[in-house]
Amino acid sequence: MAAAKIARDAQMNKTIYLDNGSTTKVAPEVTKSMIPYFEEEYGNASTIHAKGVNAKQALENSRKIIAKSINALPEEIIFTSGGTESNNFALKGTAFENKEKRHIITTKIEHSSVLNTCKWLESQGFEVTYLSVDKDGFIDLNELKKSIKEKTILFSVIHANNEIGTIQNLEEIGKICKQKKIYFHIDACQSYTKVPIDVKKQNLDLVSLNAHKIHGPKGVGALYIKKATKISSWQHGGSHESHLRAGTENVSAIVGFAKAVQITNSSHIKKMTELRDKLISEVLKIPGTRLNGPQGDKRLCSNTDFSFNAIEGEAIVGFLDEAGIAASTGSACAEKNLDPSHVLKAIGLSHEQANGSLRLTLSRFTTEQEICYAIQTLPEIVKKLRQFSPFGRELKNVL
Amino acid sequence: MYSKETIERFRNPKNTGEIPNADAVGEVGNMKCGDVMKIYLKVEKNKIKDIKFQTYGCMAAIASSDMLCELAKGKTLDEALNIKFSDITKGLGELPQIKIHCSVLGTHALKKAIENYKSNN
Repeated sequence: MAAAKIARDAQMNKTIYLDNGSTTKVAPEVTKSMIPYFEEEYGNASTIHAKGVNAKQALENSRKIIAKSINALPEEIIFTSGGTESNNFALKGTAFENKEKRHIITTKIEHSSVLNTCKWLESQGFEVTYLSVDKDGFIDLNELKKSIKEKTILFSVIHANNEIGTIQNLEEIGKICKQKKIYFHIDACQSYTKVPIDVKKQNLDLVSLNAHKIHGPKGVGALYIKKATKISSWQHGGSHESHLRAGTENVSAIVGFAKAVQITNSSHIKKMTELRDKLISEVLKIPGTRLNGPQGDKRLCSNTDFSFNAIEGEAIVGFLDEAGIAASTGSACAEKNLDPSHVLKAIGLSHEQANGSLRLTLSRFTTEQEICYAIQTLPEIVKKLRQFSPFGRELKNVL
Repeated sequence: MYSKETIERFRNPKNTGEIPNADAVGEVGNMKCGDVMKIYLKVEKNKIKDIKFQTYGCMAAIASSDMLCELAKGKTLDEALNIKFSDITKGLGELPQIKIHCSVLGTHALKKAIENYKSNN
């Protein structure tokens, strides 16, 4: 009954949003918290009159909230325009401030904002090592140890992978980086508020955060920079953000960001985990299907990613869209890039498997009825597309 | 990203499937490029009496295959050989630049099927 109601809702253009890995709905509390900083307290936080002081106070209060959430000091939080800027800043800033060393280590499964920054740093004379991962997307700690040289500046890794949800072991990596005296940067855009981050316990030097994956506004993020880290400013101008990031602070968005952090709680994680596991076990019942990434605690609570034999991911997304479900793919034809996902290739998938991938990502707003509807809808779509596929017949023989 | 015509054709293709006793088949593409198209022909008096496709690929590839079948049906083999990728994209309203190759692949699949037919008859 519930699923039938959802089906009706879907027809009435109520989208079932399972693309929370791309971005999330702004929580109503967040929107509400931001409005006064557009309409009333719109002062520039660098000015000395009352409106400026009020804006500055809101800015610093937000900084405290975000700092506390990762066990950092407020002065160690620098606000940015989002995850991409934070990653660019962390890598370029430390690279150029420590340029006598010239070596950086990252992995093959990073977000494009890390990979393309690394590629650019290579063009600037830096040497970059890209670590392999195993079939579930985990790095090999011994390989990390072996790749650290005298001249290594930092190791950068995505905390929870945006495509396959793999959560790296920060404690162990942090110990290695501390022992070898290299900086440790994590891209925590997907994991923030969903997986514990403690900069002291995990020996973190740099952490990229953003708001729009946690029901905050787009266009705002932060970079945690541990005290005494040698990093150069990457955006020059005024003395904002301790001279590290010039530009008038986006106070309303920053207030919304802090609000989004404040309203998260562990019950959301529990609910998402339960729905995720239900979705995974039901989708895997479709013949010729595999789950990409690990199962259980080491997978991000909001992430699922599947490959379907003999069909292509974008076509699945197209039919899901028709059924009122918003999903995404890391497949060949998905975006402005015809190559299959570098993450799926890194975990050893064939071109065919990588092309046939579908990512369904949950949020605290995802309901059980929505997951039931997706579970009902998906097998029909896969069946239909396999009927179109020249490989459908071959598949029948192997199933 | 896609035109209404492309989405509509992708969602409701009219020419999918196999022709069991086809007079010729043409298959192009590979997994590496992400698209594989298979075109089945039934030929009568040098005309394409029936044509069907099976395609592994994205929305543009499926829509292009279906458009191609519609354009080719009823044409003589020589007329069908003259179908250009731009005829397919025109029929689909338009295709994003990065997806034009899907329409090109369609013309290649048809050409291959017709060549196979000619070499066997």
